Amino acid sequence: MAATRQRKEQAIQMLFFLFAAFSIVLLALILIFLFREGLPIFKTVTPIDFIFGKFWYPTYEPPEYGIWPLIVGSLVVTFIASAIAVPLGVLSAVYISEIAPASIKEILKSVIELIAGIPSVVLGFFGMVILAPWMQETFDLPTGLNIMNASLVLALMAVPTISSISEDALYAVPNEFKEASYALGATKYETIVKVIIPAALSGISTAVILGMARAIGETMVVLMVAGGAAAIPESLFDSVRPMPASIAAEMGEAPFRSGHYHALFATGIVLFFLTLAFNLLADYISNRFKEVGSATL
Amino acid sequence: MVTTANNIIFELKQVNFFYGSTQALTDISMDFEKNRVTALIGPSGCGKSTLLRLLNRMNDLIDGTRVEGEILFEGRNIYNADNDPVEIRRRIGMVFQKPNPFPKSIFNNITYGPRLTGTRNRADLELLVEQSLKQAVLWDEVKDILNKSAMTLSGGQQQRLCIARALAMKPDVLLMDEPTSALDPISTAKIEDLIEELKKNYTIIIVTHNMQQAARVSEMTGFFYLGRLIEYALTTDIFTNPQVKQTEDYITGRFG
Repeated sequence: MAATRQRKEQAIQMLFFLFAAFSIVLLALILIFLFREGLPIFKTVTPIDFIFGKFWYPTYEPPEYGIWPLIVGSLVVTFIASAIAVPLGVLSAVYISEIAPASIKEILKSVIELIAGIPSVVLGFFGMVILAPWMQETFDLPTGLNIMNASLVLALMAVPTISSISEDALYAVPNEFKEASYALGATKYETIVKVIIPAALSGISTAVILGMARAIGETMVVLMVAGGAAAIPESLFDSVRPMPASIAAEMGEAPFRSGHYHALFATGIVLFFLTLAFNLLADYISNRFKEVGSATL
Repeated sequence: MVTTANNIIFELKQVNFFYGSTQALTDISMDFEKNRVTALIGPSGCGKSTLLRLLNRMNDLIDGTRVEGEILFEGRNIYNADNDPVEIRRRIGMVFQKPNPFPKSIFNNITYGPRLTGTRNRADLELLVEQSLKQAVLWDEVKDILNKSAMTLSGGQQQRLCIARALAMKPDVLLMDEPTSALDPISTAKIEDLIEELKKNYTIIIVTHNMQQAARVSEMTGFFYLGRLIEYALTTDIFTNPQVKQTEDYITGRFG
């Protein structure tokens, strides 16, 4: 009897191990593939020239594989989008979790979930058809497809991520802290600013970084509304070509295993390391305060 | 009960309290004397903690609660519309069942309240921290680690820190909601000694599940059952010569 039970336990254990291993192996294979297809570009161009090269002319003769304009494009739209999305996301989370009455809270939460559910191509469409012509006319620009437009649409996409993760972090702040604060004669505002937000700070930082990671990896929106110019921008209303947009737009045209093809995979590697860095940072921050017992995710 | 009117700090008149449609307290009328320790005892759910939290308007934080009757603090009804709960809570400190220091340094825990009321001067704050920690008999244990997180202290130390934090507001009354129920016997003994010491200068109202504790630390005891005040008398009388059968049953351990 005991022996059968033990065998059953072992079988179940094995099954779970196989499923877990399968997903990890799959991801590892994708990664290996990414590196195998990307690394050969460094036979024609040095990593330094690839990353910091100012000219992206992959189809010229001779081709130039400098992705610096693409990196700058990605970083610029990500940071501007975050500058817009972080205050919106964090403050709406504070409002939802601490201030809003129950009925408004439910409505707001569903609206934010709704925004999260909008396919990015629809948001890109909105940026193209509504935002771009409006911007072009209002600011008298050559094109409405530019950094500002892409940043605004990306911000709209990042707000739900930032808001919902921040909200979880705020909810995780133990009620005891709030009670202690009120019992000492603090007002609601003082309690939020001096106790609740500091206690949830690691979770909020995680939210912000994950929101940024979402923005930097987003492809469809930047493909549709960033304008696609592979040049280093000089103003906020210039067009850019962020890395994901470049990969998506050009991969179909690049001959198999050509220099261009390898360069696009190498761009993918750079993008991979950037998102990895964001995620590691988020992980580090959310672990950092754990031992002292403050609220984390 | 022999008291003189000017010795009474809290006066409750016909207090009823509701959570939504559930009545938690029924017709409570009782007085609390200045510079005394009053214990509130009774089985779980009898309303003793609810009553304690009425005294500094902590129940305001719960949606859908309602108070009837009068609760006079130094003669003024604290539930009058023109009384700000924030002001009231600054004068009536509270210590909770579970030690709840902020995830901040020991120093910043103590100075949290005083800073809210505008004490900014560093020297004043340092003096206040030392005084409060000495009053809570914690100073010698933490004087060299004031900048460390309060979360690194033991449970008993955390609770004394919470008492020090409440004392830093220089309150008139200290409300204690089962302050030792999460602590070991040694820490409990320290807190009880502390209560003994503090009653010289403060009015203390303590909710406890531990009847020996009520007998040890308090001068007056109120016994609650199902939201009513069953008996309220000198602690010695309650424990040696209870007048109501329910009180006797409870303190002798026949129910509760």
